[in-house]
Amino acid sequence: MENIVLKDQVCLTIPMDRDMELVAAKTGSVLAELNHFNEEQTEEIQLAIIETCINAFEHSQSEDRTVIIKYIVKADELECKITDHGVGFTPEDQHNSISKRQEIHSEMRKRGWGLEITKTLMDEFDIESSENGTTVSFIKRMAS
Amino acid sequence: MANKFDIQIRAEQGYAILETAGYLNDALGEQLSREAQKLIEKGYTQLVINLDKTALINSIGISILIEIIEALEERSGTLNFCGLSATQERTFRMMAIAKYAGIFPDEKAAIANF
Repeated sequence: MENIVLKDQVCLTIPMDRDMELVAAKTGSVLAELNHFNEEQTEEIQLAIIETCINAFEHSQSEDRTVIIKYIVKADELECKITDHGVGFTPEDQHNSISKRQEIHSEMRKRGWGLEITKTLMDEFDIESSENGTTVSFIKRMAS
Repeated sequence: MANKFDIQIRAEQGYAILETAGYLNDALGEQLSREAQKLIEKGYTQLVINLDKTALINSIGISILIEIIEALEERSGTLNFCGLSATQERTFRMMAIAKYAGIFPDEKAAIANF
């Protein structure tokens, strides 16, 4: 793992191995606490990081098997940019993957929630994806 | 790196409580599912899952909780959760779990609402 610490930016590279998403989440948690995010918001940031990392682990088909997490700390917000070097995906791919699943209760589907949870918990959310990889970016603003 | 987790089980008259500790991912979820299945096979169809000592849950772990809800539905049973953080409760409601399982602040309320 390589860590780069700048004044307001931390960059972490994790392998796509079991529970490594916790390393990324704990780093986000420490940065959120240092910047006085409340407990609930810190937990939301951790969950968003976990879900985005797991999504990359499971679906990116990345050959280098790493995920890069860039944490950008500003006065009243924390931004995370989570990048893999996998095959990329389109929003249609994601929709089709969810639609194919058969569930007893369609509204209580089991999988395909990761990015939806992240989008709901964060204040801003964006995906940039190409055949060279995917970057999921999100911002959490401090509660006033 | 191994994620440390644990499940404590308390079988009472007519119901059982499963109390988790640690990160609820696929590994803890599958262990929890096995323990719940054993209880269901013994005839316990009213279960409480206490998540008070589980600070983080991922969506794979939650998907396994849905399997426990479905297994109990087949026996006309009930699953009630307690000890959730505000973020966990919000996520459970987003995933429609609250429609098929109860969410209560503590064990006492979870047991009282079977």
